[in-house]
Amino acid sequence: MEADEARALLSTMWTIRAFEERLAELVANKTLAGLVHVGIGQEATAAGVCAVLHEDDYIYTGHRPDGPFIAKGADLGRMMAELAGRETGYCHGKGGHMHLVAAERGLLSATGIVGGNLPLGLGSALVCQERGAGQVVAVFFGDGASNAGHFHESLNIAALWRLPIVFVCENNGYAEFTPLSAHTVVERLTVHADRYGIPTATLDGNDVLAVREAAAEAVARARAGNGSTFLECLTYRLSGHYVGDPQRYREAAELEEWQQKDPIARFNRQLAALGLDAAVDAAALERAARERVEAAVAYALDSPWPAPSEVSTEVYA
Amino acid sequence: MTVVDSRVSYVTAINQALREEMDRDPAVYVLGEDVAVGGPFGATAGLAEAFGERRVRNTPISEGTVMGLAVGAAVLGLRPVVEIMFVDFITLAMDQLVNHAAKLHYLSGGQLRVPLVVRAQCGASGGWGAHHSQSLEAWFLHVPGLKVVMPSTPADARGLLKAAIRDDNPVLFVEHRGLYWGLGELPAGDGVVPLGQAAVSRAGRDVTVLATGRLVGAAVTAARALESEGVSLEVIDLRSLVPLDLDTIVASVRKTGRVVLAHEAVETGGWGAEVAARLQHAAFDYLDAPVERVGAPDAPVPASPRLEAAFVPGQEQIVAAARQTLGR
Repeated sequence: MEADEARALLSTMWTIRAFEERLAELVANKTLAGLVHVGIGQEATAAGVCAVLHEDDYIYTGHRPDGPFIAKGADLGRMMAELAGRETGYCHGKGGHMHLVAAERGLLSATGIVGGNLPLGLGSALVCQERGAGQVVAVFFGDGASNAGHFHESLNIAALWRLPIVFVCENNGYAEFTPLSAHTVVERLTVHADRYGIPTATLDGNDVLAVREAAAEAVARARAGNGSTFLECLTYRLSGHYVGDPQRYREAAELEEWQQKDPIARFNRQLAALGLDAAVDAAALERAARERVEAAVAYALDSPWPAPSEVSTEVYA
Repeated sequence: MTVVDSRVSYVTAINQALREEMDRDPAVYVLGEDVAVGGPFGATAGLAEAFGERRVRNTPISEGTVMGLAVGAAVLGLRPVVEIMFVDFITLAMDQLVNHAAKLHYLSGGQLRVPLVVRAQCGASGGWGAHHSQSLEAWFLHVPGLKVVMPSTPADARGLLKAAIRDDNPVLFVEHRGLYWGLGELPAGDGVVPLGQAAVSRAGRDVTVLATGRLVGAAVTAARALESEGVSLEVIDLRSLVPLDLDTIVASVRKTGRVVLAHEAVETGGWGAEVAARLQHAAFDYLDAPVERVGAPDAPVPASPRLEAAFVPGQEQIVAAARQTLGR
């Protein structure tokens, strides 16, 4: 691995982390409104997958959109302005966190409906297939989505039509407040995709290099016209389900165990082992990420509110 | 001597609209259960042969996911026409239609457009029972971002469907099964009928009957029946519920002062309720009698032919409602 690649991956993870830490703070202190779900500790999945996507590929996310949005290059200022409900936000303040769209970057939509984005991803993948230009779609969702009907219907159609789509399941062990084991007897979520005839891989979702490698194979398969792949990325959200979640449903020991597996710290250790730590300069990347986020916050909070009359515009095209 | 009937059926008109639009625009795709083999009523007959099974795609029985798939295709420029075989099955696709199709343009601040048509047939006939007979159009008036269209003639079925396909918004296109084999003339040329324009099906002076779908024909029959009593009904076919042509409606009410709202859907919460509310605001000074509603009783659609006949409103109920507005 080259130092440049390592720097890019780490910078992406730090930008996501810094953005979400600051976002959570601004929501907690009521500077920003909204029902906000951050995914601190899950940065490696988005960074690893997006590292192998092209600019003209597409992404759909669930209700934790920041990772994929930032990793695919959404503008931090316009993102933060959207979360602040301002006119300069990507969606003019109409979407907010759970409905982010940055179409110019191929970020077609987040959704507030768990599992609701898989069908949307199929449709965009169908267009990619029809265009024949090798574009692919990546859909991010959590383990909770695996019990939704649309999840199963979508896997079936993706396999049936050999659609160029990568299903990125961020299995963080919890559907909202409930552990996966309370919702299903199925242990490995790849079982579902196996049954529908889709190639799968279960991987350490906190290892950005493992994610990147698995995603590279999946994306190559899709680009070559050989259909979809299901990646189960085992990870953990160190933050609550939503900002303000009292988190009574999990033990401190579990949280501590996963803090040891923090994907950023882990990647730093990998870089040290490879002798790349000096060249990468993690501290400088963190500093730069936090500065970019501060600039985004300043831009957002200095931006004008939408006019009240905007409530009724853009209802119809 | 052979008489050539130049008239075509409503379902043939739909087929023709699909064919003409697919021919005109390669972005038009047809998706749904059994569409590649023509569907149960032949609405998509011959399309797969003409345009190939890439553009005329059979789907599994997965209404919700197929709806979402169509939305995800539409935002990248396809113009999908999704067939929901019976409008009753649209319940399975509500999430995608209501939460994604209708909202993505707004929620994205105009970044995305969803040029999608959802064709579904509705209506009770033949004793097909509660899951293959409902009229559910009113639910969708309550969802900003959707347009809702209900043709009652072959010419409108073709013309409105073409307009719906060319529209950049999601349009729910509700066909009535009971009208499928009724015949009518098609205009020459492309025959596009703009969305949001009601049609005066029969001019009159005493009572305005606002109707959709199968009830338009029933209202015209009612008008003929009342003619002998010296009562003149003006029948207006709304054709599209969203957008609603309030101007045409109000112009008629100013003339007649009396209104009957007629739909096959159950009375409570039907589109009649919304139109009545709008009329009492827009035409309060012109109303000479309370607005009367004709709708099905508030019950599921029963299967027994006798019960179904008691359920489905028609000419008789329209005549009675019209008399009521006249105090007779």
